[in-house]
Amino acid sequence: MKTLEIINNWVSERSVVLDLGCGKGEILSDLISSKNIKATGVEIDSLNINESIKNGINVIEQNIDEGLENFIDKSFDVVIMSQTIQVLKEPKKALTEITRIGNECIVTIPNFGHWRTRLSLLMTGKMPITDPLPENWFDTPNIHLCTLKDFELLCEETSIQIIEKISFNSSGSSNILTRFWPNLFGASAIYKISN
Amino acid sequence: MSGSVGKVIKQIFNLPTDLLLECGQTLKNIELIYETYGELNADSSNAVLICHALSGNHHAAGYYEEENERPGWWDALIGPNKPIDTNKYFVVCPNNIGGCHGSTGPSSINQETRELYGPDFPVITVKDWVNSQALLADYLNINCWHAVIGGSLGGMQALEWSRLFPDRISKSIVIAAAPKLSAQNIAFNEVARQAIITDPDFQEGRYLDSGKSPKRGLRLARMVGHITYLSEEAMRNKFGRELKEGKLNFGFDVEFEVESYLRYQGDVFSESFDANTYLLMTKLLDYYDPAESFDGNLVKALEPIKAKTLVISFSSDWRFSPERSKEIVNALLAANKEITYLEVDSPHGHDSFLFTEDRYINALTAFLGN
Repeated sequence: MKTLEIINNWVSERSVVLDLGCGKGEILSDLISSKNIKATGVEIDSLNINESIKNGINVIEQNIDEGLENFIDKSFDVVIMSQTIQVLKEPKKALTEITRIGNECIVTIPNFGHWRTRLSLLMTGKMPITDPLPENWFDTPNIHLCTLKDFELLCEETSIQIIEKISFNSSGSSNILTRFWPNLFGASAIYKISN
Repeated sequence: MSGSVGKVIKQIFNLPTDLLLECGQTLKNIELIYETYGELNADSSNAVLICHALSGNHHAAGYYEEENERPGWWDALIGPNKPIDTNKYFVVCPNNIGGCHGSTGPSSINQETRELYGPDFPVITVKDWVNSQALLADYLNINCWHAVIGGSLGGMQALEWSRLFPDRISKSIVIAAAPKLSAQNIAFNEVARQAIITDPDFQEGRYLDSGKSPKRGLRLARMVGHITYLSEEAMRNKFGRELKEGKLNFGFDVEFEVESYLRYQGDVFSESFDANTYLLMTKLLDYYDPAESFDGNLVKALEPIKAKTLVISFSSDWRFSPERSKEIVNALLAANKEITYLEVDSPHGHDSFLFTEDRYINALTAFLGN
């Protein structure tokens, strides 16, 4: 099952959804057509913002790193943060904030503990360059990479509850290996969390 | 290819009813001057209302006689294949009540007394304007605007439209606006008003019969206003410390280019604008505060809105800075409304809404069209 399908399964009909780092509004557009949701996106890239507007998505130009105080407590049924947390200056604060704003949050992260990453570092002694993390260390926007274990420890520390979790291999599918050893065989994972 | 709407003509709408104003007075025999561009479609679903700002008028696009004459004030944005595309939309732009370009205002004759209104013209509000525009919509058979668009004071009208007539507007575009004026904004307005009122030619507002009008005051008012429309950067880039004659003359005549520019702007304006209208417009701005009737709660004030709203601010605008636009955005978010917000990098200060910065134009086009 792909990320988009899982998000689709996790979001109920007519939910009020906020997507932080909504890109061109792909996830929200999908949810509007399948679940008739009320969508708002937050984005910082000007080209993405314009594409979102073209796609009919309500989008707010805002830098998540500068805070989310303007969103009031539990004002959204679901807050989505897909492949975004690792580029933020303060991931811990962001996690606390999104669980404050949303009744439920859906977070997807790349897993730095994936066996390919581990092997690459071990064998080459250089920062791993893999399909999900293709940039050089000096070029990457991913300034706060973590492993699935790290992420789960942070949730525990901040009293955030993990309601559901699915991890995928590099081809985007979930199998027996990713289910039993997610932190080793999962290239990325999707979490449903709440405070 | 984007082009001009071409030659346009002013049209007149006589309001079928009196207008009960927010101040309690009733205004009778009201005329609204307006222009339209493009064609209204069969189901009247493509109408766009343009709301003008403080010194604007109904002449938003095209030209009257000569093709080389100065086109309407928003000609850069309105026309065939322009962001407000007249091939797609039926665009309506009225001169608001209290104006001095043909609609009933202080320089009109009060039909009841057969005398000029002058300073006796009632103080009008944004709400009164919106009510009069709604009557114009009825007359044009427009039940629901595809969009209401405005910059600055025009943006306040667009916001007010979505609040007062939630079922008659699909999209509201609020550009370089604020939910209410700050003390600093009011202060600048007061300087402008004092410049006019203390001009001996003002004659307590009854200058129209005397043949002398408070041009010096109006000129000063416009000069102060103009400083607030530009950014520090725009002024530096446009004028720097350039000297008109290339050297200092050690006197008080025009020496710096910026002085020359301000004097010119003031001169042109004082010849074409009415002082009583300027007083009215600045008061109307000062009074605007939709939250006031809701104990200052803007979220509650915006509760009735059903339209999708696009708010745009400009980085170098210090008259209505991006922070002021964000107040509107955050209130709309808190009220669970459909809101899109853009902060455009532009060096032109408050006047940016009259320019064609790519991001601004693209967003406007996309939002109107989707």
